[in-house]
Amino acid sequence: MALTLEDVKRVADLARIAIDEAEARAVLSQLNDVFKLIAEMQAVDTRGVAPMSHALDVVQRLREDAVTESDRHALFQSVAPQVESGLYLVPKVIE
Amino acid sequence: MHNATLKSLSASLSARAFSSVELTRHFVNRINQLNPKYNCFITLDPERSLKQAEAADRMRSAGRGQPLTGIPIAQKDIFCAQGWLTTCGSKILSNFTSPYDAHVVERLNAAGAVTLGKTNMDEFAMGSSSETSYYGPVRNPWDVDKVPGGSSGGSAAAVAARLAPSAIGTDTGGSIRQPAALSGICGLKPTYGVVSRYGMIAFASSLDQGGPLGRSAEDLALLLNVMAGFDPRDSTSLEREWEDYTRELGKAVKGLKIGLPEEFFAKGAAPDVVRAVETAVGEFRKLGCETVEVGLPNMKLSVPVYYVLAPAEASSNLARYDGVRYGYRAPEYADLPDMYKKSRAQGFGPEVKRRILIGTYVLSHGYYDAYYIQAQRVRRLIARDFAEVFKRCDVIMGPTSPTTAFRIGEKMGDPVQMYLNDIYTTPANLAGLPGLSIPCGFDGKGLPVGLQMIGNYFGEAKMLGIAHQFQQATDWHQRMPPGIQ
Repeated sequence: MALTLEDVKRVADLARIAIDEAEARAVLSQLNDVFKLIAEMQAVDTRGVAPMSHALDVVQRLREDAVTESDRHALFQSVAPQVESGLYLVPKVIE
Repeated sequence: MHNATLKSLSASLSARAFSSVELTRHFVNRINQLNPKYNCFITLDPERSLKQAEAADRMRSAGRGQPLTGIPIAQKDIFCAQGWLTTCGSKILSNFTSPYDAHVVERLNAAGAVTLGKTNMDEFAMGSSSETSYYGPVRNPWDVDKVPGGSSGGSAAAVAARLAPSAIGTDTGGSIRQPAALSGICGLKPTYGVVSRYGMIAFASSLDQGGPLGRSAEDLALLLNVMAGFDPRDSTSLEREWEDYTRELGKAVKGLKIGLPEEFFAKGAAPDVVRAVETAVGEFRKLGCETVEVGLPNMKLSVPVYYVLAPAEASSNLARYDGVRYGYRAPEYADLPDMYKKSRAQGFGPEVKRRILIGTYVLSHGYYDAYYIQAQRVRRLIARDFAEVFKRCDVIMGPTSPTTAFRIGEKMGDPVQMYLNDIYTTPANLAGLPGLSIPCGFDGKGLPVGLQMIGNYFGEAKMLGIAHQFQQATDWHQRMPPGIQ
């Protein structure tokens, strides 16, 4: 099954990446090559095989419900593109 | 100084034959002189490095020296280091000065190691050649027209060119072992969960693992002793007793069973590579090891499975680069969605975008089961093959990479050709097993060949011991690129 140009544009939109027509066309043929490679694993019979999401069977740890971190928002916001009064600034969303 | 092992550097610092400041200055001078040729480093800050060296000298004078105290280590630019520009090889992080340290960086700092600089790499560790970096390609010290491998190519080339005694890197599908092989040095990817991923910029979280690159197995063991350890801030970090990874260095390998998977020697591997690896296996037989032929029938599916799972995880991990909290923001945009789209389109390079698109597609409605879940099922089949094989042998050996270093530009237009470089390295990541690459010879053009060793879970000390015994009997790991003195 091959991807279409519309697929590429739809996926780019989902991934929030601007893509123009020429770029989409160039990427389309490369993605189809990659999906040809990926098709090799689609033919494998995996009935009864549980998906392996992780290398090791580890359980999530629980910790005490206690404050362990200090407030460092000023430091962390120092690397943001635009900040005012401790808030991240973005273009207006609600009219 | 720049040819000494970590052990001898440590002994010299301890005996005050020279100071850490002198040692660091020596490497800084070499970098100033040679880095323009190889492009190993993205960021250098000699003033900061020398301050750390002064502190290390004081630590040693006060009798608080540890094996790595005062030794300069190059860090792949994927590790967040407080106060250092940390770019991950990307334009999107080209203005990101990290406000915190990765766990590995904290541990190296606590041990008194000196941060020599941040090394060049494929953008977001996505690549096998170190060519996708926003900061230009890294060049292989053995032949500057060739790639050093990737994604930890800056780290590998820096060690090979003697611009750093050792380095740290990360391995998601071979990114420590393959550049180690192509640059003629040693590299270890530990068992998944041994080294904390906290502060290591995420690519594919179920596969990413940090590890050391160095010139000998012994050097790797000394570095891993500092890098490994439990960290509650990484939910997949393993709570285990501290272990000494040097403990089996002196152990004889007589009677050891080496598994040779036929799939590692099938067509696809260059004849020169197979010849060098077989000669190395012969050396192990001379040392008293037995060899047994084994099979990994699902190994051929590793690359297709990897190129579903890694992009899927990456598309999710890289959603955080939105131009709001840190990193690059496009200068002009119409509204919020447009700001996201333009910041990401301008900030990410072509390979990173390709992988985000692949990942987004395989996770999208209607395709999730056919791609993502199916890949996870085949991942289990690959891991089961290894479990069967380790009933019959102690370690597996084969080539690290099907070829030696290839020409810069050769595979950049063809992603599938680039991905197929990872055929021998991705299986260990998918199964979560430790993998090691050591130099074992050269091809007809004088380019280094890497021998890969894959061990069972937590087999690092044993593997380092085996590699050390090989390095006592051979001198491949001491060979230097032409022109390097």
